[in-house]
Amino acid sequence: MEGGRKLFGTERLKRGFASMCKGGVIMDVTNPEQARIAEEAGAVAVMALEAVPADLRRAGGVARMADPARIKEIMDAVSIPVMAKCRIGHFAEAQVLEALGVDMIDESEVLTPADEECHVDKRKFRVPFVCGARDLGEALRRIHEGAAMIRTKGEAGTGNIVEAVRHIRLTLRQIEELKKLNRKGLEEKAREYRVPVELVREVARLGRLPVVWFCAGGIATPADASLVMQFGVDGVFVGSGIFKSSDPPRMARAIVEATRHYDDPEAVLRASWNLPSPMRGTDLRALKPEELLHTRGV
Amino acid sequence: MRIGVLGLQGAVSEHLASLRKAMKALGLKGEAVWVSRRKDLEGLEGLILPGGESTTIGRLMVSTGLFEEVREEARGGLPVMGTCAGLILLAKEGDEEVRRTGQPLLGLMDMKVVRNAFGRQRESFEAEVRVEGLRGGPFRGVFIRAPAVERVWGEARALAEVEGRIVGVRQGKLLALSFHPELTEDTRMHEYFLELCRGGPGASP
Repeated sequence: MEGGRKLFGTERLKRGFASMCKGGVIMDVTNPEQARIAEEAGAVAVMALEAVPADLRRAGGVARMADPARIKEIMDAVSIPVMAKCRIGHFAEAQVLEALGVDMIDESEVLTPADEECHVDKRKFRVPFVCGARDLGEALRRIHEGAAMIRTKGEAGTGNIVEAVRHIRLTLRQIEELKKLNRKGLEEKAREYRVPVELVREVARLGRLPVVWFCAGGIATPADASLVMQFGVDGVFVGSGIFKSSDPPRMARAIVEATRHYDDPEAVLRASWNLPSPMRGTDLRALKPEELLHTRGV
Repeated sequence: MRIGVLGLQGAVSEHLASLRKAMKALGLKGEAVWVSRRKDLEGLEGLILPGGESTTIGRLMVSTGLFEEVREEARGGLPVMGTCAGLILLAKEGDEEVRRTGQPLLGLMDMKVVRNAFGRQRESFEAEVRVEGLRGGPFRGVFIRAPAVERVWGEARALAEVEGRIVGVRQGKLLALSFHPELTEDTRMHEYFLELCRGGPGASP
């Protein structure tokens, strides 16, 4: 009874890791104490940050990868997976995060992009990546670069779900359109999206993205989680929504329950009942174009 | 026959797809169903506890009342296969990490588990695994932040090992695997479980 040669970092291991997160909530945390609260509440993973998007937004300046020492404290504090963010195209930050041993890297528009031309070549890494996408073309470009998981971009740090809903609707509509296309139509779409035609064909055949698809950006309440799960995403990232609320443990548990029982209004009702006040939130129309994060890295 | 997959969190649809393929391969008429409420357990002839986050699945099992119910059914003879997180849930004992997180354990199998036994995601791996009693040669094991079994006792028997660590255990109609057969095209592990559910050859320990 002996195992043979071990293979590491295969596509199956990367996408498989993302599959294990399905139906779950991934929570932004900034210290070991918050990470333990998230684990206790039933988070499937935590995203280790130095500041949540709402605070990054307020602080301004250049937002970079978190201090590895802070991420390590969080890795040591919990047994669930720990993810961390690198800047778009900043493969050196990604290398540092891989060397540190984080379980998944988020190449994120929440940080200030490092490369306006290229994203990280994610196939070179053993650790899986998640990337943001506002539409099908972006999603497929990221998958082609090696992303094992796609998430909507939403508009992080606003507590406003409108942008994430826009990304979900658009992506779903574009997948529906693909399903109606003939061979020639699919080839044209592949050119338009700048990806190999095999990838476009795969999406048309599956009727969905070939990797796990999460919603991120703007989820602030249990009903927000239920809304996006009913649209058909596989799970949710909650950033500022938990630790910017007045009672994080309760909000965390409520969002986990609502994500699981998203199609049961009675359960979402119970999860929503008499909750602590959610984060205040921002009307996106009040933001200047240069303040928008979702337009970064297409 | 009706086989369920506990669908609270994790790789549920993959198991459902593998079960359907395995039923077809064995020429069995049956259905594979998603189990997320107590009433979904009615009429089941077998249940799979999938991979995912064991702390999340454990907590949701408690809040839905499925924890007690699944334990009672399994004690009453319902065949159960647990993969990865599911293996942890089936165990009687856990390591320090399992204890620290207050992980609820069903305590159905005589074994002690170690969480993340092979390391973090960077150390996740694929390897050929020889599974005792499985026909057709080694099985491609997909180990993702996988647990291992430190020791077995009583009625439990080790079926597979990797690098000297136990990664497959059988105890009567209960089967626990560290790896993810649902992430491969090979349905032999699911067929093995279906045979066990039918009380067919090899169903006794």
